[in-house]
Amino acid sequence: MILDSKIPEGPLAEKWSRHKFNIKLVNPANKRKYDVIVVGTGLAGASAAASLAELGYNVKAFCFQDSPRRAHSIAAQGGINAAKNYQNDGDSVYRLFYDTIKGGDYRAREANVYRLAEVSVNIIDQCVAQGVPFAREYGGLLANRSFGGAQVSRTFYARGQTGQQLLLGAYSALSRQVANGKVKLYPRTEMMDVVVVDGKASGIVTRNLITGAIESHSAHAVLLCTGGYGNVFFLSTNAMGSNVTAAWRAHKRGALMANPCFTQIHPTCIPVSGDHQSKLTLMSESLRNDGRVWVPATKEISEKLRKGEITANDIKEEDRDYFLERKYPSFGNLVPRDVASRNAKYVCDEGRGVNETGEAVFLDFRDAIKRDTEELIRAKYGNLFDMYQQITGENPYKVPMKIYPAVHYTMGGLWVDYNLMTNIPGLYALGEANFSDHGANRLGASALMQGLADGYFVIPYTVGDYLAQTPYAKIDTDHPEFQKAEQEVKDRISKLLDIPGEKTVDYFHKRLGKIMWDYCGMARTEEGLKKAKSMIKELKTEFWSNVNVLGGNEELNQSLEKAHRVADFLELGELMIDDALNRNESCGGHFREEYQTPEGEALRDDENFAYVSAWQYVGEDEEEVLHKEPLVFENVKLTQRSYK
Amino acid sequence: MNLTLNIWRQKNNVDKGGFREYKVSDISKDMSFLEMLDVLNEQLAEKGEDPVHFDHDCREGICGMCSLYINGKPHGPLQTTTCQLHMRSFKDGETITIEPWRAKAFPVMKDLVVDRSAFDRIIQAGGYVSVNTGGVPDANEIPIPKRIADEAFDAATCIGCGACVAACKNASAMLFTSAKVSQLAMLPQGQVERKERAEKMIAQMDAEGFGACTNTGACEAECPKGISITNIARMNREYFSAVVSSENV
Ligand SMILES: Cc1cc2nc3c(=O)[nH]c(=O)nc-3n(C[C@H](O)[C@H](O)[C@H](O)COP(=O)(O)OP(=O)(O)OC[C@H]3O[C@@H](n4cnc5c(N)ncnc54)[C@H](O)[C@@H]3O)c2cc1C
Ligand code: SF4
Ligand code: FES
Repeated sequence: MILDSKIPEGPLAEKWSRHKFNIKLVNPANKRKYDVIVVGTGLAGASAAASLAELGYNVKAFCFQDSPRRAHSIAAQGGINAAKNYQNDGDSVYRLFYDTIKGGDYRAREANVYRLAEVSVNIIDQCVAQGVPFAREYGGLLANRSFGGAQVSRTFYARGQTGQQLLLGAYSALSRQVANGKVKLYPRTEMMDVVVVDGKASGIVTRNLITGAIESHSAHAVLLCTGGYGNVFFLSTNAMGSNVTAAWRAHKRGALMANPCFTQIHPTCIPVSGDHQSKLTLMSESLRNDGRVWVPATKEISEKLRKGEITANDIKEEDRDYFLERKYPSFGNLVPRDVASRNAKYVCDEGRGVNETGEAVFLDFRDAIKRDTEELIRAKYGNLFDMYQQITGENPYKVPMKIYPAVHYTMGGLWVDYNLMTNIPGLYALGEANFSDHGANRLGASALMQGLADGYFVIPYTVGDYLAQTPYAKIDTDHPEFQKAEQEVKDRISKLLDIPGEKTVDYFHKRLGKIMWDYCGMARTEEGLKKAKSMIKELKTEFWSNVNVLGGNEELNQSLEKAHRVADFLELGELMIDDALNRNESCGGHFREEYQTPEGEALRDDENFAYVSAWQYVGEDEEEVLHKEPLVFENVKLTQRSYK
Repeated sequence: MNLTLNIWRQKNNVDKGGFREYKVSDISKDMSFLEMLDVLNEQLAEKGEDPVHFDHDCREGICGMCSLYINGKPHGPLQTTTCQLHMRSFKDGETITIEPWRAKAFPVMKDLVVDRSAFDRIIQAGGYVSVNTGGVPDANEIPIPKRIADEAFDAATCIGCGACVAACKNASAMLFTSAKVSQLAMLPQGQVERKERAEKMIAQMDAEGFGACTNTGACEAECPKGISITNIARMNREYFSAVVSSENV
C-alpha cells in the first residue's frame, strides 16, 4: 500500500491557497443533492456540521451525549492559539508553525501544520462574530496569555472555560442549522460501524442508546469527529464517555491507524487520591504562567512532609528545588508538556514527591500572589482554584497546589491525507480523532485550534473536492453491505450479553488501564512493552469469557455501552504497544528509556524514524501490518529540541 | 462511612417507578458523589442486578450532563454540580434520597436519567448570532468594554444542566433561557437579532411546557454556575420592548 499524503506542490506558504484554487467545487445549487454524516459534535464535529450545512449540504450529526453541547471539548480550560500577533511580540504564522513542528518533536507534516497556523487567525474572528466572550483588556481589545512551548503570548482565552465558550459558539451555529432544517441531530446515538461499499464510505450503523434500536444511515461522505482515546488508560482527564469505538470500527474496515502510541501526559493534574478514583482532573497549563513548580531539595525533607511533620510553607527557600527553572532557564516553568511531565516523574522517582503516595510535586502561587495580589490571581484563575479546593479540600491561595502528570490527549489517530480523508475514500477524520498536526507532542492550546481549523476552514473545501467527483445517487440502506454490517453489530451485542461471566466491565477497564500506564505511559522499555503485550492478550481472552454485561439490548443499558468501548480499548491497547515497540527512538511524549541523551532528554533517530507509522488491520488475532509515510522537512532544520 | 440510599428506580419512560433502598459501606470522604454511586453499581453488578442509571460525562462540573435531586435539592447540598459534590458533605450513617429532575418538560427515561432536549430546542429557536463561517470582520475590529465582556461571559457560563428547572416549583426555564438571551443582548454581535431572539426563545420555552416564573429566586440559589436572576429581568425587558414593536404579534 502506498500512502499518498496529497500534499500540494509549491512553497510552504502558498500550498493551501493553491490547493483551494485547484480543487473541485460543487455548484451551490447541487450541494443539496449531497448528504454528509458527521459523527461527533465536539469542536471539530459541530463546526464541520454547521459549516457544511451553511453551504447547503444535508447533514446528519450524531453524538452519544444527550445534547451536542456536552461533547468533551466543553471541558477544555486554558485557551486557543492563533497567530494574530495582537501583542506585537514577534508572533507570525511562520512562528506558530515552527513552534508546533518543533513542539511535536518533528514528527508532523510541515504542510498540514503550516495550514493550521495560517487559518488560526480566521478562527478567532469567527468565534468573536458568534458572540464568544473571550477575555478582554480594559481598552476593549482581546487579551492573550502565554502557554508552554512558546515565547510569545498568542493564546486567547475565556477565563478557565475556553473550550466551553468555543463549543457553545459552534453549538449555536449548529443549532441554527438544525432550525433551518439543514442538520438533523441524533443525540444519545452511538456509531457502531462504518459501511464501505465498493471501497467507498457509504454510511454508518448506529445504536439508539435509549431504545437499543440498530439503524443504518447512508450518505455520500462520512466525517468521524469522535475525539481521542486517552481513556484506554482508564484514568485520564478525558470525559467518562470518551472512547475509540468509532475510529476503531473504521480501522477494522480498513482505515489505517497512525502513530497510536503517541500519547500526551499532561504535567498539571490533581494527583490520584485512592482506588475509587474514576477520572483525573486537569489543572490548566496556563497556571504554569504564574505558578512555580518545585519539590524539596532532599529526600529527607520530603519524608517529613509526607509524614505530616512539616508543611510546604515551613520549607525554607534554599531547601526548595525549582527543578524546571533550574534545568531549563530560558523556558523555565513553561517547557512543553512532555518535558515537564517527565521531570516531575524523575524527582518523584528520586523520593522527593510531596504527598502520601509520593507521586506529586508542588505548583506554588506564593510569589505570584506577592507580586500581583491575590485579587489579580483570582481574576485570572478563580474557577480553577475553586475547583481544586472543591476536589482536594485545600486552599491553593494559602498552600501550594499538588500536581502530578496524567494522560490527557492522544496525538495518534486515524491516518488522513492533506484533505483530512482517511485511506478509505469518502471517510474523513477531524479533530483529535485524526493524527495529523501535533506529531509526537501537542503544544497547549493547539487542540482547540486544530478542531476548529478542521471543521470551519479545511473540510468545507476538501469534502467538496470529493463530492464534486461523486454521483448524486446514494447507496441505499437496504444494500447488502448495510444489512451485513447491521447483523454483525447485532451479533456482537448478543455475544456480549450472553457471556456467562462474573466480572464487571470496569474490572477489565481498570486492569487494562494499569497495564497501559505502567508499561506504555511516561517511560517505556522494550522489555516492559513485550510483557504488556502478553498481559493484554490474556486480559482480552478473559474479557470475552468472563465479563458480565447486565440487562438487555432493547433499553438504556450503560453497562452494554461500556462493554463495547472497553472491548475496543483492549484491541487498541495492543496496537499501541506494537507501535511503541516498533519506534526504537524517543520523541515527544514517546519516551523509550533505551534512547535518551546523557541529560535524560528524548533522543530522536531521524535517520530511521522520521516517518508516520500507519497500521493496517488484517484480521482477528493477526499482527497488524505497518506502512510508513516518510516525513519530508523542506523548511525546518531538524534539531535536538532544546528549551534550556 | 456507611450510608443508606433511597433511590428512584424506573425501568423506562412508561414505567411508573418507585423508591428502593440500598446500603453502601466503606465510602471515603474524598470520593465524589458519583464515585459513591459507582461503588453501589459495582456492588449491584456483582450481584447481577441492574445498575442505577444516571447521566454524567465530564465529571469536572462543566458539561452539565450530571443531574440528580439529592435530599430535596438539585445537585445536593452545595451550590455545585453533582460530579463536583464530595462525600465529605455527608455524615456517616446518613440516609440520602436520590431522585431524577422532576419537570413535565424533562421526562424520565430510566432511573435518574431525564430527557433535556427541550433546552436544545430553545437554543435552536434563536440562541445564536446568524453568521456563516467565513467573511466576518477581524476580531479586534469591534472593541467591547471589559465590563460588558465579563458580564456577557458570566451569563454564557450556563452549562444547561436544568437544575434551575428542577429547583423551581413551577418548573420554569427562565434562568436558562435568560442566560443566553442576556449574553447575546449585551454583546455588539447580538444586536441585530436582539428583539426577535427574545421573542422566539420565550415562545419555544412556553411551547415545551415549562412553567411560568413567579420570581421566587429558587433557580439562582441552586444554579451551580451562579447565573444571576438579573438575567431574567433583562430578558423581560428585552421581551417587552420586542413585543411592543413586533411584527410577529
Ligand atoms: C480537561 C481537558 C482540558 C483541555 N484543555 C485544552 C485547552 O485548553 N486547549 C486546547 O487546545 N486543548 C485542550 N484540551 C484538548 C481538547 O479539548 C480536545 O482535544 C478537543 O476538544 C477534542 O475535540 P474533538 O472535537 O476532536 O472531540 P470531542 O470534543 O472529544 O468530541 C467527540 C464527539 O464525538 C462523539 N462520539 C465519540 N464516539 C462516538 C460514537 N461511537 N458514536 C457517536 N458519537 C461519538 C461524542 O459524543 C462527541 O460529540 C483539553 C482536554 C481536556 C481533557
Ligand atoms: S441556569 Fe444554572 S441551573 Fe439553569 S441550566 Fe444553566 S447552569 Fe444549570
Ligand atoms: S458530569 Fe459534567 S457537569 Fe457533572
